[in-house]
Amino acid sequence: MAPALINVPRKAKRGEIIEIKTLMSHIMETGYRHTSTGEVVPRDIITSFTCRYNGTEIFRADLFPAIAANPFITFFTVATESGKFDFEWIGDKGFAETASAAITVE
Amino acid sequence: MKAARVIVMAVLLIAATSVRGDEIRPGERRSGLSFMTPETQAMQNDDTANPGMLWVLNGDALWNTKAGATGKACADCHDDARASMKGVAARYPAFDKALGRPVDLEQRINLCRANHQEATPLPYESRELLALTAFVAQQSRDLPIMSGTEPQLAPFVAKGRELFTQRQGQLNLACANCHDDVWSKHLAGSAITQAHPTGYPLYRLEWQSLGSLQRRLRGCITGIRAQAYDFGAPELVELELYLMSRARGMPIETPAVRP
Repeated sequence: MAPALINVPRKAKRGEIIEIKTLMSHIMETGYRHTSTGEVVPRDIITSFTCRYNGTEIFRADLFPAIAANPFITFFTVATESGKFDFEWIGDKGFAETASAAITVE
Repeated sequence: MKAARVIVMAVLLIAATSVRGDEIRPGERRSGLSFMTPETQAMQNDDTANPGMLWVLNGDALWNTKAGATGKACADCHDDARASMKGVAARYPAFDKALGRPVDLEQRINLCRANHQEATPLPYESRELLALTAFVAQQSRDLPIMSGTEPQLAPFVAKGRELFTQRQGQLNLACANCHDDVWSKHLAGSAITQAHPTGYPLYRLEWQSLGSLQRRLRGCITGIRAQAYDFGAPELVELELYLMSRARGMPIETPAVRP
């Protein structure tokens, strides 16, 4: 399993804007490189990233070649209620990873 | 083309200045961290933004994974790395009595695998070896480097220093020509740093991966158009040892981030 690093504030006030940071381990091979013998190195990238907040999708990104290895994705959301963030990364060669983080909203 | 010309010019400029052979004065020593942009510094300082931490997480898992014919994990002998490995990386490369010469942290891990786990050695720059090394080294974070103080190491430190000040390659440059003499200047757009290996293994944005000090040294040696030593070569370990003893007292930053 590829390790991921998630940074979500453990606590937030209702209505507060919070920053969510995610770092996923991935080589992000572009598919444009060749080996010394001329063969194409097949593309192997993360193609999609999704974040759900208590089941509701709040952020989605499509990823393409030319995004660096170990993509670091950060975004903001409004803390509305206590619960869970679910993260999902989908990619080439059947890559599928999930992670989650809890938040308490006061 | 323009960039290539700038590099050639810079190299000529460096070649024109004589080797002063002066080591950097203790008060002037700076970690590579201080040469970087605030953005890259922020990346290193935030454990959830530092990609090197992905290898540390991997290493944490490997530490507790049984391997080899004896079916032992690192943790079975060394227990909790947070206690047992604290300060260890700050003393490496260290003298190995059986071999009669210094070994670096990667070699120590592979010796441990061979002697105590009866497992196959991990290849240099493999994800597993970098992960374990980063995990062990991270336990020494913020502790001062103590390498090269053992008396048996003195001749090897001297050999490393000799290599550091020895002109070599088609460009006829010694490490010291850049890293002792003109560290405040730039080579094309990049800062020439003081070559204090405080954060290895470290994440280089250029590599898009974690890499060892030996990888960095091989890159530099190729850059001066000399024949790079193979991974694990005694010369590279001696160079590592000299650089670490040169950085003695500076805090470990592993896993560092560099451009």
